[in-house]
Amino acid sequence: MTVADTAFYAFASITILAGLMVTLARNPVHSVLWLILAFLSASCLFVLLGAEFVAMLLIIVYVGAVAVLFLFVVMMLDVDFAELKGEMSQYAPLGLAIGVVIIMQLVLSVGAWQTSVGAEAARAAVTPDMGSVENTRALGLLMYDQYLLLFQLSGLVLLVAMIGAIVLTLRHRRDVKRQNVLHQMWRDPAKAMEVKDVKSGQGL
Amino acid sequence: MTSFDLATVLPEVLLAAYAMLALLAGVYSGKDKLTGAITWATAAVFVALAAYISFGMAGAASTGFGGLIVDDDFARFAEVTILLSSAVVLVMAQDYMARADLDRFEYPILIALAVVGMMVMVSAADLMTLYMGLELQSLALYVITALRRDSVKSTEAGLKYFVLGALSSGLLLYGASLVYGYAGSTNFAAITAAAGTGAAPIGLLIGMVFVLAGMAFKVSAAPFHMWTPDVYEGAPTPITAFLATAPKVAAMALIARVVQDAFGGVINDWSQVLAALSVASMFLGAIAAIGQRDIKRLMAYSSIAHMGFALMGLAAGTALGVQAMLVYMSIYVIMNIGTFAFILSLERDGQSVTDIASLNQFAKTEPLKALAVLVLMFSLAGVPPLLGFWGKFGVLLAAYDAGMAWLALAGAIASVIGAFYYLRIIYFMYFGSDVAPATSRMSRVQWAVFIAASFAVVAGTINLFGLEGPATAAAEALLG
Repeated sequence: MTVADTAFYAFASITILAGLMVTLARNPVHSVLWLILAFLSASCLFVLLGAEFVAMLLIIVYVGAVAVLFLFVVMMLDVDFAELKGEMSQYAPLGLAIGVVIIMQLVLSVGAWQTSVGAEAARAAVTPDMGSVENTRALGLLMYDQYLLLFQLSGLVLLVAMIGAIVLTLRHRRDVKRQNVLHQMWRDPAKAMEVKDVKSGQGL
Repeated sequence: MTSFDLATVLPEVLLAAYAMLALLAGVYSGKDKLTGAITWATAAVFVALAAYISFGMAGAASTGFGGLIVDDDFARFAEVTILLSSAVVLVMAQDYMARADLDRFEYPILIALAVVGMMVMVSAADLMTLYMGLELQSLALYVITALRRDSVKSTEAGLKYFVLGALSSGLLLYGASLVYGYAGSTNFAAITAAAGTGAAPIGLLIGMVFVLAGMAFKVSAAPFHMWTPDVYEGAPTPITAFLATAPKVAAMALIARVVQDAFGGVINDWSQVLAALSVASMFLGAIAAIGQRDIKRLMAYSSIAHMGFALMGLAAGTALGVQAMLVYMSIYVIMNIGTFAFILSLERDGQSVTDIASLNQFAKTEPLKALAVLVLMFSLAGVPPLLGFWGKFGVLLAAYDAGMAWLALAGAIASVIGAFYYLRIIYFMYFGSDVAPATSRMSRVQWAVFIAASFAVVAGTINLFGLEGPATAAAEALLG
């Protein structure tokens, strides 16, 4: 076993363990922390694959933004997770049975795994030589050229998500005073202010 | 990318551009003033695009963007069905949306974006394109399901739909990764080449089953149907009408596309999966609907059963089967639009109602509408010689021709069981007791759609509106 192999198995088992703990941890905050560990070890796996840029993205976007957001949401939600889990535990045996069946099938399929004859060549055909082209450039070539359609479609998906978030949450409240920047800037000091000469010892 | 690539996705590009323009118009014109205009404009754009696709894009199949997307007769047939049915559902429900205070200008725009997703789905030639189209469509549907955000039922329906939809996307993606692991490519043509013919290797087989399970969620085939009744009941009725029509056509066409284009060589492996889904859906839809007291839930089970019949056509695995499926889905859409135009109109004391008891003695007050509902229900049940019968006849014949006589027999039995609850609606209308009757209020457009749909299921029996010719061309384009 080379160093890379050892590292792979270490990070792979950490990822699986952390993923398991996300669901098993009693405290939801701990779950999110385990999730962050899963992201970190997954990004290490990407580094081992030579995909440094994706690894950095995973850390910056998922750990830096998404997981922290999760943490806020979990802390702010007033949900009794213990009660939820208690309700769910009555379905645990059925879920466990299905899980065991699926795991057995997956083990069977891994045991008899074979790829088609040209699979490796087809997979390698899309990635340029890693020695001469760096990660970001290779990704850019794929995303903005070959997969332009998919890139634009994901843009549409994000647009739908944005419209959806606004439709479902924005409420126009009439009883709230809003700031009108233009109105503020157009205000004329001569009309808005009045200078009074107040004699000392007298009130207004 | 060349202009040739763009030509293959021109309708999608135009529709997306229209949606963004309409969004700008809606946002800058102030709150929901333009909803009516945007709704009609969206419907007009749908119809114009449908006309352009059917008359302006005819010709041989062509792929674009390096094999990501394909434009052939099959995609065109499905796209035209999706566009026309969405346009009708939009305009017939506009009056209801305004009365229920749901006329937000984002609604037609979200529908337009969902339709873009569906058009991408039916013309996908790559697992990645498939997924992007599916997500675009699903995300828009989750949002409009929860559109009545102050109602617990609507938000619950939206959330349920979202969580289960996300789960099904997960299954689909996992299956796609296994297929990629085996074939080394996500392109349908490359997968077919890698799979060869005969029995599928185990990795590909498991991947394919996961992909099929993910897509079965979207057409609500049993045993992946459990979200359907709750979502149909909780969503506002116009949105239920939309969910029951265009997305079903898109998802069914997507299944046809995947099994024929990507797994065309290993037909025996997926044919049995689809046959199992088909039998389970037909019987579950027929039996579980019997106990329902809410028309929207009943229509949910009815759609599950209908999906079972459409899957039967696909399970046959022949060009005849695909053609029968396309004809079946077109007929299904016509019947459902008519039925939902009626359900939308039911109200008691100004409140919409959807319980079956509200139909009591309906025939006494509104004989014409009752007659139209009677025709639609007979057609949904598959009573000859109405349009619904010819749809069922087509898929049964295709299954029988493909040597699956047992499947055709099961379909006939399920159809007889299912006839019970359609007939019960008719029974309530004509012979029900005189408790809690409801009135039916329709806008002029809604009335026209309702009567036209029920007229169509009678008149269509003459030649099926010439649907068979284009459907055959579409099926041959898919298999050829």
